[in-house]
Amino acid sequence: MNIVVLVKQVPDTATERKLRPEDNTLDRAASDGVINELDEYAIEEALLLKEKHGGEVTVLSMGPDQATDSIRKALSMGADKAVHLNDDALHGSDALQTAYALSKALGTLEFDVVVLGSESTDARTGVVGAALAEYLGLPQLTLAGKVDIEGRSIRIQRQTDYGHDVVEAELPAVVSVVEKINEPRYPSFKLIMQAKKKPVQKLTAAEAGIDVAKVGLNSAATEVVDAAAAPPRATGTVIKDEGDGGLKAAEFLAAKKFI
Amino acid sequence: MAEVLVLVDHVDGEVKKVTTELLTAARRLGEPSAVWVGDGAEEGVARLAEFGAAKVYVASGELNDYVTAPTAELLAKLARDAEAAAVLVSATAQNKEIAGRLAVKLDSGVLTDVVDVDADAVAEHSVFGGAVVTHARVRTGAPVIAVRPNSIPAAPAETPGEAIRESVAVELSDTARAARVVERVKQEQGARPELTEAAIVVSGGRGVGSDDFSVVENLADSLGAAVGASRAAVDSGWYPNQFQVGQTGKTVAPQLYIALGISGAIQHRAGMQTSKSIVAVNKDPEAPIFELSDFGVIGDLHKVAPQLTEEINRRK
Repeated sequence: MNIVVLVKQVPDTATERKLRPEDNTLDRAASDGVINELDEYAIEEALLLKEKHGGEVTVLSMGPDQATDSIRKALSMGADKAVHLNDDALHGSDALQTAYALSKALGTLEFDVVVLGSESTDARTGVVGAALAEYLGLPQLTLAGKVDIEGRSIRIQRQTDYGHDVVEAELPAVVSVVEKINEPRYPSFKLIMQAKKKPVQKLTAAEAGIDVAKVGLNSAATEVVDAAAAPPRATGTVIKDEGDGGLKAAEFLAAKKFI
Repeated sequence: MAEVLVLVDHVDGEVKKVTTELLTAARRLGEPSAVWVGDGAEEGVARLAEFGAAKVYVASGELNDYVTAPTAELLAKLARDAEAAAVLVSATAQNKEIAGRLAVKLDSGVLTDVVDVDADAVAEHSVFGGAVVTHARVRTGAPVIAVRPNSIPAAPAETPGEAIRESVAVELSDTARAARVVERVKQEQGARPELTEAAIVVSGGRGVGSDDFSVVENLADSLGAAVGASRAAVDSGWYPNQFQVGQTGKTVAPQLYIALGISGAIQHRAGMQTSKSIVAVNKDPEAPIFELSDFGVIGDLHKVAPQLTEEINRRK
């Protein structure tokens, strides 16, 4: 089974994240880049599928040169090879353009299942998996907390507000994962060393068959008009519990008319 | 006036609060038309009219037998036929997916997790865990906007009329039927409000110390609140995954958020930072949650929360 796992490098949420004042796009130089947290669960699931059904795991990442760090991380967890879609024309692409570009890059690969995280920690739109399924015309098996494949049939538990739905489809399919699906492995020293020798194929927009008039900041259907730091929260009161902390909290709630 | 489509969230004929918020926002952009998928429209129509819906499109519940694609096809057809000025949905995980697919079909743009929208369809976002406020717009096509529940105060229309009900039939494509829902597994939620819609949320974290969440639930029930949990509590298996608040869980913005035994790491703050009032109880005086709190108690939540619960019940 051929599995493609999508990986995105995002600014570390532990650092201060910024937008570039000149074009309101993410300032990728301002913070350390890390692999998007949920992508580690996607990689783990891809590796588990490979261990069970055989085949190969290919990492696909769209991003600037720095994204190499996250690609290496994915390879050191055990993925076999990688494709790095990297082109200046892609800078500033919004979620839908990203899904379009990824769908084109996927067109250059053979796959039975595409696995991705259900959202990234930077933009957090949560639409890329669905939009990718739309562009590819493939079953959308998103928000998966469990994945089972038997022959050409795939069944997932799709997380919902009330619990979960059991969803079935035929391969090939697009699967996005939520955190509860597994526990990502730590790369072993051996795998980290091996990862350095694994092939990373560079792919330009033209090579992927991407219409550059449809991607990038200037042709994005969405536009950030302005951005500003949120006003700081007013400093509150903090008290030490002297046996009446609950009563004091009740007084606060009463003053605010919650009770 | 141009039609603005609003996808209705409902449970057994009861219109959810977020839909009244969406209708309120839709009135700024044009004339709201509600889109109802499934049964129960006859019970919900009065409520929708009260908040300004002039029309209610009703489609068969068969659409819900498949994942998101059929509803996106329905909305695309309606948006094209009506030349809609915009389409609004609630920013739930599922509806954001519908919004994404819809925008691809309409060749327009999608804005997600919007906290406000003006008459020109310029949308406000709170990003990076609430640290930055941005305004964004869609430049081409009818904007598809997913609005976060509890963000825009709902107000009934000044001159509500009767809403016209109109049945819509959709020929689903084979692609739309590709992902079939074969079973729905509902977990017991009791009488508590839904997490993202609740006016008050009480969440428990590592400090709860075990899978006995009753200290959190009792306080929540005294306030008619929803229960949430931090990632630490969910990862420990103390509370189910769908109640997780934070960066990789739900984002909530209630009137009041009470954090019990939650330190307030960025992982958690990203999901609750825009709550109107924040109250925290934590043993550690250095816990970052206190930087956000309007009222904080340094102490043992197992002493403070039961006392607070008792006092709330006494004052009722």
